[in-house]
Amino acid sequence: MTLLQLEDLSVTYSTDEGPVPAVRGVTLTLDAGTTLGVAGESGCGKSTLASTILRLTPASATVTGRVFLEGEDVLGMSFGRLRAVRWGQASIIFQGALHSLNPVQRIGKQIAEPILLHDKTASPRNVDSRVAHLLDQVGLPRRLAQAYPHQVSGGQKQRVMIAMAMGCGPRLIIADEPTTALDVMVQAQVLDLLKGIVKDIGLGLMIISHDLSVLGTACDRVAVMYAGRVVEQGPARQVFEDPVHPYTRALSGAFPTIGDPAARYAPRGLAGDPPFPGDLPSGCPFHPRCSDSIDACSTVDVGLRPAGHWRTAACVLVPEAER
Amino acid sequence: MTLLGESVGGGLPPQQVGAQGAQREVSAPGGLGRYAVRRILTGFGTLLFVIVFNFVLFRLLPGDPIGMMTRGKDVDQQQLAELRRQFNAPLPEQFWSYIRNPFSSNLVSLQSGESVWSVIGDSFWPTMLLLGVSTIASASIGIWLGIHSAWGRGGKFDQITTGSTLTLYSMPEFWLGMLLLIFMSTGVGPFPGFFPSGGISSPGDDLGMVAGWLDLAWHLFLPALTLTLVYLAEYSLVMRSSLIDEMEQDYLKTARAKGLRDKLVRRRHAVPNALLPTITLVFLNVGFVVSGAITVETVFSWPGLGYLTYTAIQGPDNQLLQALFLLFAFAVIVANVIADLIVATVDPRVRA
Amino acid sequence: MSADVEVPVEASRTPKQLARLRRRRSRARYWSEFRRHRSGIIGLLILGFFVAIALVAPLIYPENPADPSAIINAEGESMAPPTAGYPLGTTQTGQSVLTLLVWGARVSLFVGLLATIISMTLGSLIGIGSGHYGNWFGAALERLTDWFLVIPFLPLAIVLATVAREIDWLGDSLITIVVVIGITSWPGTARLVRAQTMSVKARPYLERARVLGGGNWHQMTRHILPNVAPLILANTTLTVAIAILSETTLSFLGLGPQNRVSWGSMLDDAFGTGAISLGAWWYLIPPGLCVVLVVLAFTLIGRALEGVLSPQMRER
Repeated sequence: MTLLQLEDLSVTYSTDEGPVPAVRGVTLTLDAGTTLGVAGESGCGKSTLASTILRLTPASATVTGRVFLEGEDVLGMSFGRLRAVRWGQASIIFQGALHSLNPVQRIGKQIAEPILLHDKTASPRNVDSRVAHLLDQVGLPRRLAQAYPHQVSGGQKQRVMIAMAMGCGPRLIIADEPTTALDVMVQAQVLDLLKGIVKDIGLGLMIISHDLSVLGTACDRVAVMYAGRVVEQGPARQVFEDPVHPYTRALSGAFPTIGDPAARYAPRGLAGDPPFPGDLPSGCPFHPRCSDSIDACSTVDVGLRPAGHWRTAACVLVPEAER
Repeated sequence: MTLLGESVGGGLPPQQVGAQGAQREVSAPGGLGRYAVRRILTGFGTLLFVIVFNFVLFRLLPGDPIGMMTRGKDVDQQQLAELRRQFNAPLPEQFWSYIRNPFSSNLVSLQSGESVWSVIGDSFWPTMLLLGVSTIASASIGIWLGIHSAWGRGGKFDQITTGSTLTLYSMPEFWLGMLLLIFMSTGVGPFPGFFPSGGISSPGDDLGMVAGWLDLAWHLFLPALTLTLVYLAEYSLVMRSSLIDEMEQDYLKTARAKGLRDKLVRRRHAVPNALLPTITLVFLNVGFVVSGAITVETVFSWPGLGYLTYTAIQGPDNQLLQALFLLFAFAVIVANVIADLIVATVDPRVRA
Repeated sequence: MSADVEVPVEASRTPKQLARLRRRRSRARYWSEFRRHRSGIIGLLILGFFVAIALVAPLIYPENPADPSAIINAEGESMAPPTAGYPLGTTQTGQSVLTLLVWGARVSLFVGLLATIISMTLGSLIGIGSGHYGNWFGAALERLTDWFLVIPFLPLAIVLATVAREIDWLGDSLITIVVVIGITSWPGTARLVRAQTMSVKARPYLERARVLGGGNWHQMTRHILPNVAPLILANTTLTVAIAILSETTLSFLGLGPQNRVSWGSMLDDAFGTGAISLGAWWYLIPPGLCVVLVVLAFTLIGRALEGVLSPQMRER
């Protein structure tokens, strides 16, 4: 069953310098029991995308398109229904867990808060055992419920966020940069934890990260975003190891493969910066940095085309008819 | 906090640096107790400095204080000789006896001839009443205004409130008092004069209990209103900027994502965290409050410590001024220590 | 944002010319940013108006209203409401309130500005010194700042002014009041500057400067000062506002400059001669209103400056 469906989603911020399109016509699907990765550099719109799913964008943002969560239209919901859906059906783990917790409240209280809000059967008396159970699930000692956020490490805070996100038994969890700012060992632990949860509970997981190598291993499918658009989609492993779109190629090439001697001596980065969303180049937004660009690239902005088995890519160089 | 909250020039209070100092110090276990002791000791040190400073300043004065003090009074020769000896004693000896008891009754007010401290004692409770009422009213109203203007930032309410509070904050408080007097006491043009023009009670016989209290309230109203308006401006501005800073924190996004209604997000998460700087401000503000009291009591002839200061200036009654200065400084030092202790106690990031 | 100004790399330009060019461009950038804050512009306009009035006062009203001759020869009725000849009414001496108001602007603004200069200079020096020197010297300065900070402003100013008057220190009481206000306001600036100095000191390029042999003086003037200057500037406007309020208050209490008209002294006279009970609103409202406007103007400018400078001041 399609858990999450985004149809031609666009988000435009209105700023003093004019409208800034952060997300431009994104279409994605996510099934229950699977993991979707969304990759891209800073400013490509992936965090905005995550916020939009639960309508958490600021008031200055205009959202068009459709978001379907288990068949329900999120963007058209009433506020009351939306508040119930938030955390009850879909929860989100924000980027930078270090500041996403209230610094003057105990951890247990913060985990309990959405449970008490959404579950009519929960009361301050019985919620403690549920909090303890959640902490068990993420591999944290139960006594952490009495601690304050500043007393736990970064990795532990991230797990607290995961425990909190699971509190109301959601069908979908969106994790925005869950491994950023963590040590590599801790990263692996957090990813394993997430994978385990998906397998055990069968919920849908969307991981947003700039680290394509992480997504390559942790996700079933991956969508690569650039300048607010999805430029390539497909099975995670394939996209990482055999990218089609020039941007994906550069992105995956930027992560050296341990053990591959060639990667050691030829670090392949990408010159230039991602374009500012309010000031996009003409045609394909990637063409100024693209090593394969041709003349047509500066005038034609191509949509996603089929580029292999269950894959699509938005590049002129992908032959139209290939399947 | 913004610069506006931090910049000081005597009128605005010092703030966050003290709190941050507290944070650094208290992170160790058992830290709160140790921090409290340290802070109180520092307070004593400052008090000592003030006493010394006071002494030095007033010894600069020329003239014959003995003559002025005892003019027109019956003082026998022995006492006179003793006083003269004290005043002409070498400075170190004077200093030592002053330090030993700065609150001694040897300091005599020029005007009344009584000990300065008994004169001060008489004027104490009117000031406490006035300041107490004004502080409570201004803090509550100011905080409420600040919260609502921050939450509706940029909107009509915010614009009107911020504009009015900025204007109030720019006013000399005694001028506001005089305006209120002329419009609500004397009555000008369309404004009827209803309130008394000053003092703390109406002349005449004892009015009986209820009437007495009403009379007090009637006299208290205008001076309290003046101070309330002036103080609430600052509380409102600080609360607003503190809450705006807090609202930019990430954890509020988490709270909203959990399905909490805006009002709950505000009440449960943002406001309590933003409230702490404002509460400590009440204490750190004591210096500002004192200045306000001096001028406003003068305008309304409210017989408190401020009015006493004014008459002391007119004298000039140096002994009295000296004692008042010591008292005011003492109050401010104590208030600062309390403020730091509150921060250390309430903010768990700073607790053991 | 790719709105950075390109600095043309020309071999023929000396480092000094390049630096000057960059500074000029950044000033232009600051100005265009400042212009966006409408409140700041309003503040500037109000301030400009009052400064202009203060400067041309002797031209419009040649006679200083504080002169005894002006008082004796005053022709108006005492405490009369506004009429055509006296647009703001008269004082108890029969002089025009408007004349006093215009002349009062000079003293109020002058005292405010001069006291601020003293306060800022003292405060900045002590602030940078206590922030920069980590040894006993810096600690001593810090202690000094904290002590003075705690002493409540008005009682201190009253005490200083009273003592200064009685020992006839510095003669002309205008200078006295300037010094008194300057002395009582420096701690706030010092504390702020000290905090900023310490944060600048923590930055890597300062350590580099030290390692490369930059002495204390070099570090303080070349590196710390330029980074602290914007903060000092924004703080200055707010300090002037407070200084003007202080002068008004001290004059009202009778401790202001004698033989000179200031807005505060006008309020003192009005109060003392019973303007309130006489309902002489024309005497009470204008001086206070002028103070409010000037203080507001400085506050608005200060807030606009903050808005312009804060992103630059925070560490990237």
